[in-house]
Amino acid sequence: MLALVSPALLVILLLIVLPVGWLAWQSIYHDGFTLEHYRRILSEDIYWRSFALTFEISLLVTVLALVLGYPVAYAANAVPKAWSFVILALVVLPFWTSVLVRAYAWLALLQRTGVINQFLRYIDVIGEPLALVHNTFGTVVATVHILLPFMVLPLYATMQKIPNDLMQAGASLGAGPALTFFRVFLPLSLPGVLAGSTMVFVLCLGFYITPELLGGGRTVMVSMLVSRNVELYNQFGAASAVAVVLLLSVLLIFFVVSRFISLDRVLGQK
Amino acid sequence: MTTKLGFRFGYALLGASLGAFGLACTAAVAAEQITFVSQGGAYQQAQTVAILDPSAKKLGITINQDSIPDAWPAIKTQVGSGKPIWDVVDTPTGYCLRGGEQGLIEKLDFSKIPNAAAMPEAYRNPYSVSYEFYSSVLAFSQKTYPKDAPNSWADFWDVKKFPGRRALRNHPIATLEAALMADGVAPDKLYPLDVDRAFKKLEEIKPSITVWWTSGAQSAQLLNDGEVDMEMAWNGRVSAVAKEGAKVAFTYNQGILQSTSLCILKGAPNLETAVKFLNEAVDPVHQANLPLNIDYGPGNPKAFDTGVIKPERAAQLPSEPANAAKQALMSYAWWSSPAGEAAEKRWAAFMQK
Repeated sequence: MLALVSPALLVILLLIVLPVGWLAWQSIYHDGFTLEHYRRILSEDIYWRSFALTFEISLLVTVLALVLGYPVAYAANAVPKAWSFVILALVVLPFWTSVLVRAYAWLALLQRTGVINQFLRYIDVIGEPLALVHNTFGTVVATVHILLPFMVLPLYATMQKIPNDLMQAGASLGAGPALTFFRVFLPLSLPGVLAGSTMVFVLCLGFYITPELLGGGRTVMVSMLVSRNVELYNQFGAASAVAVVLLLSVLLIFFVVSRFISLDRVLGQK
Repeated sequence: MTTKLGFRFGYALLGASLGAFGLACTAAVAAEQITFVSQGGAYQQAQTVAILDPSAKKLGITINQDSIPDAWPAIKTQVGSGKPIWDVVDTPTGYCLRGGEQGLIEKLDFSKIPNAAAMPEAYRNPYSVSYEFYSSVLAFSQKTYPKDAPNSWADFWDVKKFPGRRALRNHPIATLEAALMADGVAPDKLYPLDVDRAFKKLEEIKPSITVWWTSGAQSAQLLNDGEVDMEMAWNGRVSAVAKEGAKVAFTYNQGILQSTSLCILKGAPNLETAVKFLNEAVDPVHQANLPLNIDYGPGNPKAFDTGVIKPERAAQLPSEPANAAKQALMSYAWWSSPAGEAAEKRWAAFMQK
C-alpha cells in the first residue's frame, strides 16, 4: 500500500510540504530565530487594517454570492434537464476565462467612460458619471462575478440530492410551496450553502489581481501586502509571516467548518 | 563471436560520439557567453535590435536573454542560493545600488569599462551604470484642457484652477519629489528629501486622487479611456497612447528623470565577459540606436554627439540635455539610504489611512 502511495506522497512533499515549511521557516528565521515579523503584524496598524478589510470584503462577497447563487442553483435544479444544462453552462463558461480578462472586462463596463455610465447618461438618468470602479464597490462586483461558480456548483450538487418525494410529501400534508421550501428544502440544502460559502470566503481571502486592478490602490487586501513586502521593501520574512497568518486563518476556517460538515463536501467530492 | 564484436564496435562508436559531444560542449564553453536579463516586451525587443545584437557581434560573444518584469526578488534568491545563473541585469538603478550594499551585486572596476568612466558621475555609481532614461512626467488629456494645460506639479495640486480627476503612482519614488516641487522646492534642491513636508503636501491632494496606479499599462489605460484627466506617468507610456490617436500630451517641465542601469550579479558565472559586455552596451553609437527603436533616452549622453539621433527626435527624449535641464534627476543614492527606505515604508501607512 505504502509503495503504491509513495509517488503521490513525494509529489505532496515536494510541492506542498517543502515550500510551505520553507515559508514558515523564513518567517521566523533571519540571522537567528526571531518573532519580529509577527510582532509587527500584531502591532502595526496597516496589517490590522488589511486583515480587517480582507475579512470584511470576503464576508460581503460571500453573502452576495449566496444571494445571487442560490436562486440560480435552485432554478438549475428545478427546470428540465436540457435547461439546467444551459444554466450550468452559463455559470461555468466565464469560469474558464482568465481572471485577468474578466477583471479588465469589468473595468470596461464600470469605468467613467464605460458601458454602464454611458448608457445611464444616454437615457438621462445621471448627469455626472458614477464612481463604479477604482474603489471597494468595483472590487466586490468583479470578485462576486469571478467566485459565483464556486457557490452555484456545490449548491446545485446538494440540491440535486434532495429527493423530490419529500416536497410532494410536504404538499400532500397541506403545506404550500413557500412553507415546503422553508421547512423542507432550505434546511436540506444547508450543507451546500455551507460548502459554497466556505469555498467563496476562503478563495476571496487570497484574491490579488481583482483588488489590484479595480480597487484604485486603496483597497489593500492581504495578498497585496505580501507582494508589496517582497517587491517594494524586499522583506521576504515579513511577506512570509503575512502569508503564514493568512494560511493559518484558512486552516482555522476549515477546522471550524469541519465540525459541522465533512470537508470532502466543501472540497467538491461527494 | 560476431555479436560480441558487434557490441564492442557499438561501444566504440558510442564512446567516440560521446567524446565528440564532450568536445563540442567545451567548444561552446570556450566561446564566451553571458545571460542578460531585462524587462521584456517592446522595450527588450528594442534594445535587442539597438544594443544587444550589435554588441554580441562586435565582441564575438553569445548573449542569452531572459526577461522578468521585476528582477529584484529573483536577484536576491539567485545570489542567496550561491549559484546565480544570470550575469547582467537591466533594472531600476535603485535596485543595483541597494543590491550592491547588500552584497548581491558586483562592484565595478571602471578602469575596465572606459565607456562608462567617460560618462557624467551622476549617471553611475560603484555598482552600476545608467543604461537608459525615462521620466515620470505630468501627463494630461487635451480634451479636458484644450488650452492652458497644467504645466507644473503646482498646477497638478491646484484643483480649483484645474478641476478634473487625477492619478498618481502607488509608490513613493518620484511621487514625493513631485509633492515637494508642488510645494515650491526647486528641482535641483530636492535631496535629501524633506519627507515630512512631502507627505504633508500629499495629504492635500489625496482626496482628489481617483486612482493610485501600480503598473505602467494601467497608467496608460487610465489616460486613454478618459478615466482621469491628468496623472503622473512615464513618458514612453504617454507617447505610445498619443501615437494611437488619444488626445493626450505631457510636459517634461519638472519631470523626474529616472534610469534603469546595468549591474552584474555577485558571483556571476561569466564575470569577465559580463564586464566586457557592460562596456560595449554603453558605447555611444549603440546607445544612440536605442531611441530610434523606442521612446527612451540613451543612458550615455555622448550618444547625442554621434549624429545618429536627429535633432527632432532628440527633442522628444527625456535625457536630451535641454529636456534634462528642465527636470529633476532622481537620486537613487538617497532612496537606498536608510532615510529613503524609511520613506518607502511610510508610504504603505499613508496609502491605507
